[in-house]
Amino acid sequence: MSDSSRVRSGSTLEIRDLHVAVEDKEILRGVNLTVRSGETHAIMGPNGSGKSTLAYAIAGHPKYTVTGGQVLLDGVDLLELSVDERARAGLFLAMQYPVEVPGVSVSNFLRSAVTSVRGEAPKLREFAKDLKAGMDALSIDAAFAQRNLNEGFSGGEKKRHEILQLELLKPKIAVLDETDSGLDVDALRVVSEGINRFRDSGETGVLLITHYTRILRYVKPDFVHVFAGGRIVEQGGPELADKLEAEGYEAYTKASV
Amino acid sequence: MGLETKPLSTLHEKASYNVEDFPVPTGREEEWRFTPLSRLKGLHNGAAAAGGVLVHVDAAPEVTVETVGRDDQRLGKAYVPADRVSAQAFAVFEKATVLTVAREAVASKPTVITLTGSGAGAAYGHILVKLEPMAEAVFVLDHQGSAVYADNVEFVVGEGATLKVISLQDWADDAVHVSHHHALLGKDATFRSFVVTLGGDLVRLSPSVSYSGPGGDADLTGLYFVDAGQHMEHRLLVDHSQPNCKSNVVYKGALQGEDAHAVWIGDVIIRVEAEGTDTYELNRNLLLTDGARADSVPNLEILTGEVAGAGHASASGRLDDEHIFYLQARGIPFDDARRLVIRGFFAQLLEKIELPELRERVLGKVEAELEK
Repeated sequence: MSDSSRVRSGSTLEIRDLHVAVEDKEILRGVNLTVRSGETHAIMGPNGSGKSTLAYAIAGHPKYTVTGGQVLLDGVDLLELSVDERARAGLFLAMQYPVEVPGVSVSNFLRSAVTSVRGEAPKLREFAKDLKAGMDALSIDAAFAQRNLNEGFSGGEKKRHEILQLELLKPKIAVLDETDSGLDVDALRVVSEGINRFRDSGETGVLLITHYTRILRYVKPDFVHVFAGGRIVEQGGPELADKLEAEGYEAYTKASV
Repeated sequence: MGLETKPLSTLHEKASYNVEDFPVPTGREEEWRFTPLSRLKGLHNGAAAAGGVLVHVDAAPEVTVETVGRDDQRLGKAYVPADRVSAQAFAVFEKATVLTVAREAVASKPTVITLTGSGAGAAYGHILVKLEPMAEAVFVLDHQGSAVYADNVEFVVGEGATLKVISLQDWADDAVHVSHHHALLGKDATFRSFVVTLGGDLVRLSPSVSYSGPGGDADLTGLYFVDAGQHMEHRLLVDHSQPNCKSNVVYKGALQGEDAHAVWIGDVIIRVEAEGTDTYELNRNLLLTDGARADSVPNLEILTGEVAGAGHASASGRLDDEHIFYLQARGIPFDDARRLVIRGFFAQLLEKIELPELRERVLGKVEAELEK
């Protein structure tokens, strides 16, 4: 891949003073963050700090009400768009708990998603090839494509399937919400490799939300942000993750009260 | 013949050939309380004017087709009417259709019985499908047109025989249909029923199953799509009175529009003598809009301690926001996401229709409903 093609699609996600409430309770209290293509940002924080709220609010989940601020993807305010329009604009959210959808097969779902995001149906043969390559890379069994979406999937299968979608949909910005949770070491490695393949294209930015530092050994962040009390309370480089590993979140949870 | 006075289960109170044994329903009775009597066009009180439903049979060569009079001794052997409309239909039908598959015969193609309503006025019908021991056949009941129709359909499945029936209620918008489908399963008989109710102003279909020997296996599947103003009622009764029989009931429906009303009653009786019974029943309703209503009442009455399995489940709800969100978060527009989820809701049922042509027709109808 030439350097010029990498520069071409540089994208930027700008979160400006974002405030979000759930049922009148304010969860996010002014989040500011900019993610550019080629960058990996880790957001770390204790449970209940609002990390997942940030992910779902950006994606447009109806449970979350944005009470202030902006989320711009290449200058377009995502908050003005419907959930599917945000995805088609280039945003992807890998979910912590992907929902089971009975009667909808993985292959049918993936083809519909790829068709929607690309704006045209992929050629059948090409799609089958991409799908097989993607599944092989993530050590997903071929029979998986005929199963119902997330139905009866193990925790590891669900997460691998999220990363498969990431690789097929090629978003500009990917938000990964605790993709590492519930994975054993082998699954974590496979999933991390998928994320790294996606990052290596250089055309995408990654916002990695996690509670634990474990995944950061496989997916090296450029920036680490500590989230507490609904906002970012400290920022730094990868060394900040090491500090958290050693000291935990205690200092931040106290400070945010 | 008078009322059976033997203390039956509370779920199956009456059985009689005599209309007068059943008072004219008022709507307060348990078995009529969900049905809008004013829309029955007189089927329940004898006020209905005469009309017609044309019966056409396209039979497999292995199936004997007869049109017989009321006096044919084979009629009404398997089934005794269980309510007023059923008794009324049994009392006044003029011709019955009798379809017989001989011992060990295997029908080489489905036998399609098309019932076409010819407009105003009431009609009464009776059909008997009889599979002799070890026979195998597929039957399709295809209800079309505009009608006010009450009928009883008897399925007699002989020892070791296999009968598959698809009943399609694809009536015109103004049709009224009250029907009993009763299957009597012999020893080791297999019965597969697939009911699809899509059209009509009011459809009240009561599929029931009883067993005359051990080892019978009944699988009853239903799919309905109820639009604004439609009343679609399915009243299931499986009466386990023989040991080691199975029954599985799965009915699923989608409702949309003002006053769309679905009723599902799932009665299962496991009698003292029915040891080793394995039964499960499930009803799911998907309410796609405000103003639609689904009543779902499973009743499981177990009179023996020795069952292999007995369970029921019933749930009515809206489209799951989380399903729609997940699909939309992958770029799929809302309308497409909704269609995918609803198609998925019916997918496992549709797979059970073994006739590709019919499956496509039903799927096409469901898709058309979703476009409305």
